[in-house]
Amino acid sequence: HIGYLAILPILGLLLGPVIHNSATPFILGLPFLLGWMVIWVVLTSVTMAIIYALDPARAASKAEINRR
Amino acid sequence: MNAALILITLSVLLALGLGLAARRGHAMKLEEWTVGSRGFGAILVFILLAGEIYTTFTFLGASGWAYGYGAPAYYILAYGTIGYVMAYFMLPPVWRYARERQLISQPDFFAAKYGSPALGLLVAVVGIVALIPYLVLQFTGLAVIVQTASYGAVPKDAAVIIGAAVVSVYVVLSGIRGSAWTSVVKDILIIIVAIALGIYLPFHYQGGITPMFTALDHAKPGFLAFAASGKSVSWFVSTVILTALGFFMWPHSFAACFTAKDENVFRKNAIILPIYQLVLLFIFFVGFSAVLVLPGLKGAATNMALLKIVVASFPPWVVGIVGGTGVLTALVPGSLILVTASTLLARNLVGFLRPGRVSEEGVVRLAKTMVPVVAFVGAYCAIAGSATIVALLLMGYAFVTQLFPAMIMSLLPRNPVTREGAIAGIILGVLAVIYFTMTNTTVATLWPGGPEMLRDLNIGTWALIINVVGAGVVSALTAPGRGVLARGPAE
Repeated sequence: HIGYLAILPILGLLLGPVIHNSATPFILGLPFLLGWMVIWVVLTSVTMAIIYALDPARAASKAEINRR
Repeated sequence: MNAALILITLSVLLALGLGLAARRGHAMKLEEWTVGSRGFGAILVFILLAGEIYTTFTFLGASGWAYGYGAPAYYILAYGTIGYVMAYFMLPPVWRYARERQLISQPDFFAAKYGSPALGLLVAVVGIVALIPYLVLQFTGLAVIVQTASYGAVPKDAAVIIGAAVVSVYVVLSGIRGSAWTSVVKDILIIIVAIALGIYLPFHYQGGITPMFTALDHAKPGFLAFAASGKSVSWFVSTVILTALGFFMWPHSFAACFTAKDENVFRKNAIILPIYQLVLLFIFFVGFSAVLVLPGLKGAATNMALLKIVVASFPPWVVGIVGGTGVLTALVPGSLILVTASTLLARNLVGFLRPGRVSEEGVVRLAKTMVPVVAFVGAYCAIAGSATIVALLLMGYAFVTQLFPAMIMSLLPRNPVTREGAIAGIILGVLAVIYFTMTNTTVATLWPGGPEMLRDLNIGTWALIINVVGAGVVSALTAPGRGVLARGPAE
């Protein structure tokens, strides 16, 4: 069920303005909402890398490719 | 001939040369022309899928939205990221199914999954209707870029006709392989140009990126957050979700997936693509910088923010590089749209009308014949200059999103949607989109006294709900064995 981890960055991206709809405080030198978005875009890639590493479907398809 | 025009001409010739070189060593049979013989590795598929990030819509539109709307422009960054997350889970089973059955287009997939050529025809019609305005948008962007970057030396109409002719030549000769090769150069150029402009302009005019945002927050309080109504937080959330659902439903994005040589390509891409699209940040920076440097652009003129600040800030040779890059952001996505639209017309429209009577060679010959026809229909619409093109594009996005419920349900081990349900859902959803768009209906007009949060929801949300409810009701009535109108099961 490692795929369910992908819900986390989706919620992160969508809920930023729900939690704090303001330009301040600045994050990473960017307005709050843009900085929040950048952080969650990066975390999305990190999350997908973790899912990829632990995904049994990925391992199965790799074995299938090797078999062919 | 000024330096800018020379560089723009060189970029057009580069696109043509690369597009033609791509065919070397490949016999252009149907599977090769449309899906590259399903032999593309991670890098070429990455470039094809990433090519969708950097089109004229983002080159001009993202900076224009940052200039005109402020925070609502962030939705462009969010929907792509969520689209790639969904692709990790959605595209491998789609690719597997297509490879086993040698499918080459989106309507092929729907027709095979639901055992219904009629559904395939419906999906083809929806796809073509959505793709044409997308093509027109690329040509319209091309005209604006070339005219501005050449300092008026090339009129808009000439730019569109030359662009349509160039892209037609290399699409006919090289198919999707030509799109992939030119996409590589386009992405390298736009990354360099976007980062250079996005760093130089804020530092040159405002002393840095953070000082630019500080000045902007003082000059236009509230500009960098969502409004209380209109393009509010609920507009953002609903628009991001809807656009993410439609992201891979565009026929050319869907068909680009068929080019992969194995399914892990999509999983790897889902890791890299979110970070890759962060280059859009620098396009936003250009738009935000322009707010302070060139205030006063209104309406459609906001799309000119990037070009106007570049022309005001740089010598002609830099303007030429930016213009040449902009030309590629129009030609490359345009070529992918042309391959797909021509395939839909030749294989799924004519193939449906004359079942079993058009050979594979006949389909590819007809598709290649359709390329210049579709290109010049797009060029004509761009020259005629319909003011409703953005409305048409948004309607196109709403159209292709209506294909999502039937597609995602078909991936379940036991698909609860019947072929009749899928057809009914798509038709109801599309009719709802047409009605809402033509009558300019919003949730606020439907429910004037409703809570603000619901009134700002993207109207496409309701079209999708109508689609799902319609598909559910008709599927219940036609489910094999228990529906009152039952027929055979969908696959």
